Amino acid sequence: MNSAQLLGITTFIFLFASAFYVALLIFRVKGLGVLATILSVAGLLIETTGIGLRWAESYEMGYGHAPLSNMYESLVFFAWCIVALYLFLEFKLKNRLMGAFVMPFAFFAMAYASYSSEFTDKIKPLIPALQSNWLIAHVITCFIGYAAFAVACGLGIMYLLKHRNRQIRGKENETGIFASLPALRQVDDITHKTILFGFLWLSTGIITGAVWANSAWGTYWSWDPKETWSLITWFIYGATLHARFTKGWGGTRIAWLSVIGFGAVIFTYYGVNFLLSGLHSYGSG
Amino acid sequence: MKQNSNPIVDFFASVKLALFVLFVLASTSIIGTIIPQNEAPASYVEHYGETAAFIFHLLDIDTMYTSWWFLALLTLLSANLIVCTLKRLPHVWGIVVADNLKTTPDRLAKMSPRRTFTFAGSQADAVLEAKKLLGSAGQVTEGSTDDTTILFTQKGAWTRLGVYAVHFSILVIFVGAIIGALFGYKAFVMLPSADTTSVVYETGTSKPIPLGFDLRCDHFSISFYDTGAPKEFRSDLAIEKDGNEILSKSIVVNDPLQYAGLTFYQASYQALEGQLFARITNNATQATVGIPARVKTEIPWNEEGIKFGILNYEGPDMRGQYRFKIWFSDGQATPSEFWMPLEGTATIERPEKTYDFFLGQHYATGLQVAKDPGVWWVYIGCTIMLLGITVAFFLSHKRIWVVVSREDNKTKVLFSGSANKNKLGFDNIFYGLINRVTQHQSFTPKA
Repeated sequence: MNSAQLLGITTFIFLFASAFYVALLIFRVKGLGVLATILSVAGLLIETTGIGLRWAESYEMGYGHAPLSNMYESLVFFAWCIVALYLFLEFKLKNRLMGAFVMPFAFFAMAYASYSSEFTDKIKPLIPALQSNWLIAHVITCFIGYAAFAVACGLGIMYLLKHRNRQIRGKENETGIFASLPALRQVDDITHKTILFGFLWLSTGIITGAVWANSAWGTYWSWDPKETWSLITWFIYGATLHARFTKGWGGTRIAWLSVIGFGAVIFTYYGVNFLLSGLHSYGSG
Repeated sequence: MKQNSNPIVDFFASVKLALFVLFVLASTSIIGTIIPQNEAPASYVEHYGETAAFIFHLLDIDTMYTSWWFLALLTLLSANLIVCTLKRLPHVWGIVVADNLKTTPDRLAKMSPRRTFTFAGSQADAVLEAKKLLGSAGQVTEGSTDDTTILFTQKGAWTRLGVYAVHFSILVIFVGAIIGALFGYKAFVMLPSADTTSVVYETGTSKPIPLGFDLRCDHFSISFYDTGAPKEFRSDLAIEKDGNEILSKSIVVNDPLQYAGLTFYQASYQALEGQLFARITNNATQATVGIPARVKTEIPWNEEGIKFGILNYEGPDMRGQYRFKIWFSDGQATPSEFWMPLEGTATIERPEKTYDFFLGQHYATGLQVAKDPGVWWVYIGCTIMLLGITVAFFLSHKRIWVVVSREDNKTKVLFSGSANKNKLGFDNIFYGLINRVTQHQSFTPKA
């Protein structure tokens, strides 16, 4: 058994877990939910083993670095954070229905990591710029933040769907699926708290990145596209929090902002690497 | 409290302004991530056309993050933070240091959450028992009027300041950035192995900046993984003053050399075309010298009484490798002559001593130089920010009052409380207390 196999299995388990969470939402049979949770926990454990094994394998190959060094490894860790955070919420709130809106994010991250031809799943040695203890601190903090924003986005979508259904049919006649979702007020509260959690980690991620940049290049902030987009994301969530704290924003507005904010996260994480660099190379080529 | 209705102050203190500035900063920041920054003017004309390039020039789009309008936005944000803080902080400070016993039982009786009990016993006993029950919640203060006693306990009054710490931290970071911009500089120097410089060149202007000391590079080396990817860029640097070596350090990326407020970073390198570099170490004393070398030139190392030269070379072979024939003499017995590969090290056994002889490409190391006296302000600001965010988001000001009074010949006890955040969490604490009170034999819940 090697790490690639374990992570491949994880992808499928997350797919099945997502499917069972969706089935639970539709058929409302308790057993489906229990199965979905068991799969998610098993998937998380197998993925943890896979990540640990990949770390060990990198030492066997003589490179010896934490598996947080490229797009593939970060996607795998992203999925890990989403599932860990989701399961925490599930146990804390004793509600499995959110799973249908959150677990698919973890599955897509794993599937994209495994099947995309854009990046490799091979263990590569660290280039000199990445040889720093700040690598681990920076990547872990960023991805805890990103995962929180992914969960908040899932919850925001859940809020918007339920709200829309209620608008169309009225509170008494909510359709089955939507009626069984947690109360709007509760979803709103969890979304907000998840954004708070994500904001703290995003801030920490940006700061560890700045400290690292300063120790590697002597500039803590150079307005490169990645840095700038992380700041734009920070502005969006910062504005969201101010709107809530001082203007009492909630409900659909916060739900939409959680979706828009996650859009900025995805652009920071993925778009900058693949779209902006593309634009630049096109522009200068 | 003094009512401040100055419209200018209100404008600068408003959250609307904060939201507006954050929105404009976020959306304009995108421009600089799409349009490349700091390119030559001609390249903008080439890629975007005359008209667009002219507009870019007019609005400093090519250096937008240091343009007057972007800095104006940041200034507006700072003004917003300062005025907002000055306006609100006195009020919040008032809550933090408030005497919470100076409140009326009427107000407390309307608070949510609250619970009322009757107590089987005297008022004095009720106060005593209530204090015991509150005991775990924190320091209890007590105040009495003629027929009523109020007990009060609170936790985390100071946490109301968390949000101001976050706002303050942003200003501290800005101060750090301004100090860095005014009193610091960024520079660059290409320094060949076995060479010394006393100046570096400012980034952007290429203006020479004297260091006030000499910076020497003894050796630059690269190593590769078996995949061919670079593994390490290393420069052996030393600082000299008036010819005396003050300190030396071997730097790599992520591990710079610091001296006299300056930091030297491993940034790049350059192979000096057609030039070789020899490095000889006396294995007994570890004395080392690095010398630029050329084919068919006799080179001395006077301290050790050594002369050497490169007699000839062969290559490239099928794998693109070169071999060099070295002649090496220490004045005793016959000189050594041998073949060695480039980037290799040969051990030379002489009658009395042993030397390691390295021959490789002659490189210049590219050093990024930074002087930034503001960086510690930035780091302190960042630390305050993270602590402030934690306090502002996750800690709350929790207050609990107990009012013991006499009503209809019975002792009445009212518990009430409030929290400024996380009301759900506070309810758990409050009803935990109510549970303990209910279990107490002398307290009976009132309908």
